[in-house]
Order: sequence, then C-alpha cells, then structure tokens
Amino acid sequence: MDFPYIVEPRRDTGLYNAKLGIWLFLASEVMLFGALFSAYVLLRVGAEPGMWPHGWLNVYIGTANTIVLITSSITTVMAWVSCKLRQYGRFKFFHALTILLAMTFVCIKSYEYHDKFTHYEITLANGKFADGHLVERSKDFDLAKQTGSVTIHGYEVEREVELMDMQRPEARHIQREEIIIPAAEIKKLERYGPWHHTYLAIYFTLTALHALHVVCGAVVIGFLWGPGSRMWKTDPERFTNRVEVSGLFWHFVDLIWIFLFPVLYLL
Amino acid sequence: MADSVSNIPLHHDDGDGHREHDHPEAGFWRQYIFSTDHKVIGIQYGLTALCFMLFGFFLMLLMRWQMAHPGQPVPVFGWLLEKTLGQVAARGAMSADLYNSFGAMHGTIMVFLAIVPLAFVAFSNFVLPLQIGAPDMAFPRLNMASYQAFVLGGVIMLTSFFIPGGAAQAGWTSYSPLATMIPTDGQIFWLVAMVFIITSGLLSAVNFIATVIQLRAPGMTWMRLPFFVWAQFVTSFLILLAFPPLEAAAVMQLMDKVAHTSFFLPTGLAVGGQYANISGGGSPLLWQHLFWFLGHPEVYVLILPAMGIVCEIIANNTRKPIWGYKSLVYSVLALGFLSFLVWAHHMYLTGMGTKVALFFQTTTMIISIPSVIILTCFLISLWGSSIRFNTPMLFALGFLPMFGIGGLTGLPLGFNISDVHLHDTYYIIAHFHYVVAPGTIFALFAGIYYWFPKMTGRMMNEFWGRVHFWGSLIFMNVVFMPMFAQGMAGMLRRMADGGANYSSAVNSKAGAEVIGGLSNNIIELHTWILWGACLLGVVQIPFIINLFWSIKHGKKVDSDNPWDATTLEWQTATPPPHTNFPEAPQVFRGPYEYSVPGHARDFTPQNEPPK
Repeated sequence: MDFPYIVEPRRDTGLYNAKLGIWLFLASEVMLFGALFSAYVLLRVGAEPGMWPHGWLNVYIGTANTIVLITSSITTVMAWVSCKLRQYGRFKFFHALTILLAMTFVCIKSYEYHDKFTHYEITLANGKFADGHLVERSKDFDLAKQTGSVTIHGYEVEREVELMDMQRPEARHIQREEIIIPAAEIKKLERYGPWHHTYLAIYFTLTALHALHVVCGAVVIGFLWGPGSRMWKTDPERFTNRVEVSGLFWHFVDLIWIFLFPVLYLL
Repeated sequence: MADSVSNIPLHHDDGDGHREHDHPEAGFWRQYIFSTDHKVIGIQYGLTALCFMLFGFFLMLLMRWQMAHPGQPVPVFGWLLEKTLGQVAARGAMSADLYNSFGAMHGTIMVFLAIVPLAFVAFSNFVLPLQIGAPDMAFPRLNMASYQAFVLGGVIMLTSFFIPGGAAQAGWTSYSPLATMIPTDGQIFWLVAMVFIITSGLLSAVNFIATVIQLRAPGMTWMRLPFFVWAQFVTSFLILLAFPPLEAAAVMQLMDKVAHTSFFLPTGLAVGGQYANISGGGSPLLWQHLFWFLGHPEVYVLILPAMGIVCEIIANNTRKPIWGYKSLVYSVLALGFLSFLVWAHHMYLTGMGTKVALFFQTTTMIISIPSVIILTCFLISLWGSSIRFNTPMLFALGFLPMFGIGGLTGLPLGFNISDVHLHDTYYIIAHFHYVVAPGTIFALFAGIYYWFPKMTGRMMNEFWGRVHFWGSLIFMNVVFMPMFAQGMAGMLRRMADGGANYSSAVNSKAGAEVIGGLSNNIIELHTWILWGACLLGVVQIPFIINLFWSIKHGKKVDSDNPWDATTLEWQTATPPPHTNFPEAPQVFRGPYEYSVPGHARDFTPQNEPPK
C-alpha cells in the first residue's frame, strides 16, 4: 500500500500531509507564545505604579531588525515562487539572501543583548542610584572587600522610579558622563540581565525563544539550500513543497516578531 | 508474517503478489529500537509506559507505608532506599523530604510518563492508523522522534532521584514560589524533563491529527470513524493546544531557577525569615493559571482515550450497534471545547475573586453534561444485549461504575462553596484516583486484553485475566473508598506523617484541648489502605506474567478477527504487516454494524462490499 498525499494534495482538504502538519505545529506555537504574551500582560498589569519600564530598548535598532525580518519573508516567498517556476538559480539566490538576513537579525539581536549585559544599575550607599554602561572596572575591584572602583558612562538619580520611564520628555535631556564610583560607596550593583526586572525577564525570555526559532528556521532553510537541494533533481515537486513548508514556518517566526516589536519596544 | 498473510479471509486473493512490495527485513536496531513503524512505536510506548506505571505504583507503596507507620523503617526495601538515596532515607526510614519528592514524582510519573503515553500515544499509535485504513502515521520519522524525546524526558526525570538534594518536591503541580525556593536542583531536572515530554506529546498530537484528516481510507467519512478515533482525535487537539502554555510556564520557572528572574516570585518574598534576593514583581497566580490551563484539559487527555477504548469493547461484546453514536461524537467534541474553559476550578482557594470563581463554577457544571451523555450512551448500549463476558469486557464494564463514582464525586469539588471544605484533602485524592486509577487504568487493561491478539496473534489467558480483574476491582476500592471518609473528616493531602500531627490522640496526649482533630478511626484507615495497596500490587503479578507468557505460549488465534469485530484493524493480517493493508481498504458503512437483520453473520466489517 503506497503512502498517499506526500506530494499531491488530498482532494477534500486541499493539503498535502506536511502542509497540514506545519499548520498544526504553528497552532501549538501560537499557544506557546500566547502563554508568554499573557504572562507579559499579567506582569505588566501587576507591576507597582510607575515601576514598569518604558523606552529601555533602542527603537531604531528594533525597527532595523523588523525591516530585516520582513525583507527575509519576501525573499522566502520569492524562493518558493522560483521553485514553482522551476528556476533553480533564482531559488538559490533568494534563499541565500534569506539566510544572510537571518544571520543579520541574530547579530543585531546579540548586539542588543550585549548592550543590556554591560548596562548597570548601581544602588549607592547614600541612597541614590547610578545608572549607565560599564567603562572599566579597576583591577583590584572587589565589592565584598570594598576595594577598587568602577567607571560607568551614565548619570545619577535620586529615586529608582526615575530610571523607569525613558520615553518621558525630560529623559531626552539627561547628561551622561563618566562617573567613577569607589566600591565602598556601592551597596548593590546589578546588570540589566533578566534578574534585574520582570520586564527584562519577559524581554529576554521572549526574544531568546524567538531568536531560537530564527536560528532553527535558518538551519532548516540552510539545509534545503545546501545538501537538501539534491532532491530538486529527483523530485522537484516534493522539494518545492518542502520549501513552502519551511517558508510557512519562517513567516510565522516573522509574524511573532511583528507582535514582539511593538509590545517590547514601543508600548 | 508470511503464513499470517494467507490467513486473511478478505484479502486472500492478494496472497503473494504484494509481498514483493514489502520492505526487506530490517536489522534489529531499525526494526525494534529506531523503528518508524507505527505499530512498533505503539508497542514501545506501551511497554515503556507500563514500566513507568509500575515504578510510580512502587513509589506510592513506599509512601503508603510511611503514612500508616510514620518514621518507621520501610520493610524489605528500606536498605535499598538508604543505599541508593543516602541520608534522606537514613535507617531505611523515609524523611519528610523524601516523602515529598516521592509524592511529586508519583504524580508526575503517573500522569506524564505512564497514563498519557499509554492511553493516548501507545493505543492510538497501534490502533488508530489501522482503524482508519491508513498505511502508517502521516509522519513516521516524527513519530520515532516523539518516542525518543519521551524516553529522554523519562530518563532525565528518573536521574533526578540521584542528584544531591533529590528529586523535585513541590508536588506534580510545582507551584511557585515553593518549587523555586526548595533548595534542590531536582526542580530543574523536572522542568527540563517536562520540556522534552511536552515536545514528545506535541509531535504525537500533530501526527495523529494529520493522520486522521489526511489518511482515512476511501469511504471512511467522518461519521463512519470508530468512536475510539474520535476520542483520540479530540485528545490530540487538547494536547496540541494545552501543552504549549505549560511549556511556556516551564521555561519561565526554569528562568526563575537558573537566571534568577522573578516571573512567579512576588515582591517582598521571604525565605527562611529573610528577604529573598530577587527583583520581585512576579505573580504566583500566573504559574497556577498556566499550569491548570494545561492541567484541566489534561484530565480529559487522561479520560477520553479510555472512553474510546471502552466504547469499542462494549460495542463488540454486546453485539449491537453502540447506542447514540452521534451523541457520543458531539459530546466528545463539546468536552474537548469546554475543557479549555474550566481550569480555574482548581484555584477557588487562591483568592482570585468570587466573580471569577462563579464563572468557572458555571462552566464546570456545564462540562459534566457531555460526560454524563457519554456514560449514559454506554449504559443504554448494554440494555437488552446478550453480553459476552470476556476479560476485556469485564474491565470495560468495571470502568463504568468506577468512572461514575469518580465523576459524580467531582461535583462537590466543582461548587466553590463545598470545595472550600474539601480542597486539598484526601477527598480530592479519592476523587481523581477513581477517575484515573480504576477508571482510566481499567480501560487500559481492557484495551490491552482486547488488542493483544492483533499485536501477537495469540490470546491472553482468560482465567488469569479474570483473577486480575476481580482482584483489581476489589483492592482498588479498598484503597480509594476510605479516602473519601478521611477527606471529609478533614485530613489534608501531602502530609508526610499521614495526618498524625492533627490527630486527637497525639494532641490530647500533649495536653492540648482538641476540637475537630482527626479521630483514631480515620487515622487507622491508613493501615487498611496500605494492605489494600499491597494486595493490589499482588494481583498485578498474574497480569505481568500473563502479558509476557502469552506472547509465546498463549492460545493461537484461529482467524485474524478473533472477536468477530467490524472495525478495520481486524480485517488485515495478524500481526499487521508493514504498511498494514495490501491495498487501501474501501469502507462501505459505519463502525458498529453488529447483528444487522438479514445478514448471515452477526457482524458486518466496515470494508465488506454490500451484496
């Protein structure tokens, strides 16, 4: 008994097996990200007044990354169309672009991560807060022994709540300068990692999970572009289906970002 | 395989011609370990899940000893516990920490590593493609990956017993902040294992849904599907849509554990009398919502496959069409839909608000309607039939009252007023065990006895099957019935001393004036339950021997259809060859055409051409 509907669609559903499979998988992905988005909503609604951050991320970089991903969705469609038109060379060209764009996205994302991991909030012994990017840390710096000092490029504020809303008009005029802080004056020193605030926790979790999807999608597309493309010679129709199915996944990953961008960067 | 192919009455003429298409004999590894054949994977899943079930049962036995004899060395296995687990089992007695981790692992193993893989994945892997006339699952390699992820998850889960600090201790529900703050890495193992197990479940669910939608044989319309397929189809959707939120929750709790985030940790959380060094701002309720958003559909994941199995067996052994096939189908669809709207009835006591509780109380009452319809259809099917009382039928019949008890005792839990008293007591333990243990597990036994001849070509021993059934029926009730009384008397669950601390006797001896303490009668029921549980274990021995002995020595089946059944899995060779059918079967009628007037035989297979 032959295995039906691997290539040709079943008449009553209009789908071949893998296409239905990927749609079902995407349904479960919607629930996965949906749960994380609802976690975002609950955490934000439950935050103490004024303590939910705004403008902690660079909107220009986020916009650039959004454009990168949308472009990659276009090249993905073009790659599939090229397969349908039986233009193998054009398929290779467009999917090469898709992979490059995916790598660009991941690079920009890791730059943003790096920016957060070098960003410090320092609780000072006098009750004030210093906030900024680490410039250097003296060799003998040790918080427990209270020796040495850190240098940050940033500013000081009276209350922690002033660090939250960076979208307010006054925040534009903050003067950042190099500040040297001796260890003896530091009560607590914390990076802008996921442990710093639940906003950063959900930011890192969502974007890391999304980046994982980007990498996995790029690996699959890379396989179809490289060793997997041998199927083009033996069964071009089935190969085109594979390009389509991986493309559906890619569009989904793109779509998730379309939701992530406003939620994390703009709101 | 060769001689069994010539046994098929219906495809006899296909004989040798088709065997050329069969794949060449694969090696041992490809055939049994890394197989992509749905039947082999089904059996792999089944055997692995049965092993986990036995292990989970064994954990429970140790816990029952501890409750009946708190702090006393465990007989027979005490030295083994001390040797393998060390200080937590000093002198061979269980410490409270060990009791907690056994409790958490008993629940986790039974739900996620035993019942779901057996009821859902194992049975639908073996039976479902055969019943719809498909050559295999839609994605055979994904199917193999699912089993591998499942085994990997199980191994990680078991490994956690042996790490310093021991396995997870916060119950199978892993409520935060408790789960995050208990100083053991067992919780990390638990979470990572869950991610693998959930992934495996998702792969299976995608596979089953795609198989049912795409690979039904010609003529197998939706309303000709056996009810078993419908039940598993709905179950697949529950897994597909309810498991991912738990996966998300597991990722977040993992972040809380390893990246020190505060998803589920509130501001001002104090641990051991000191403020925890966390950013705070998290929500413990969020974990509970996400967990129960899976947790309640999960209940139906446990019960719907059982209903499907029972339906097949009842139709076959009453020799009549099942009563109300369409009501069954619509009820199971309604159950599937509604099961997403009732989750917070597990959370009445969390302070989420009375208006929310009212909503979930209402949906909970509504969801009992389709369950009752399904059970009623089964009961009415029995009316006026000449029932064949074989082992599978006995277990299927045992399922009905046992599930009935489990279901009806759930109603007081669904009302938030009565739930205030019963919440977290032994009453609820009794309630859900009646649903899953004598309920679902009886249906699983029924299914094993019923489909065993199709898997092996031999019958299981009938006498020992009956011993297994009556013994299990009696001792299941000895174990679980007293718990209703204990729970209503106010005995809480998850207490390492079995409630001794709250007993009237202990407290009045200490000179306290006791109002509403647990009476001696209630505490002593633990001894009854312990003996019941031990004997329940003893009556499983005939089953285990029967299962393996019958593979080689059971009575050979005299045809491919020993139960005279109508559905497609019985209309092919025994055991079914690779790709199941010589050619796609043509289906002409519904699944339960038994005793059709005017027919020579009392069953008409779905693929028998009309005369």
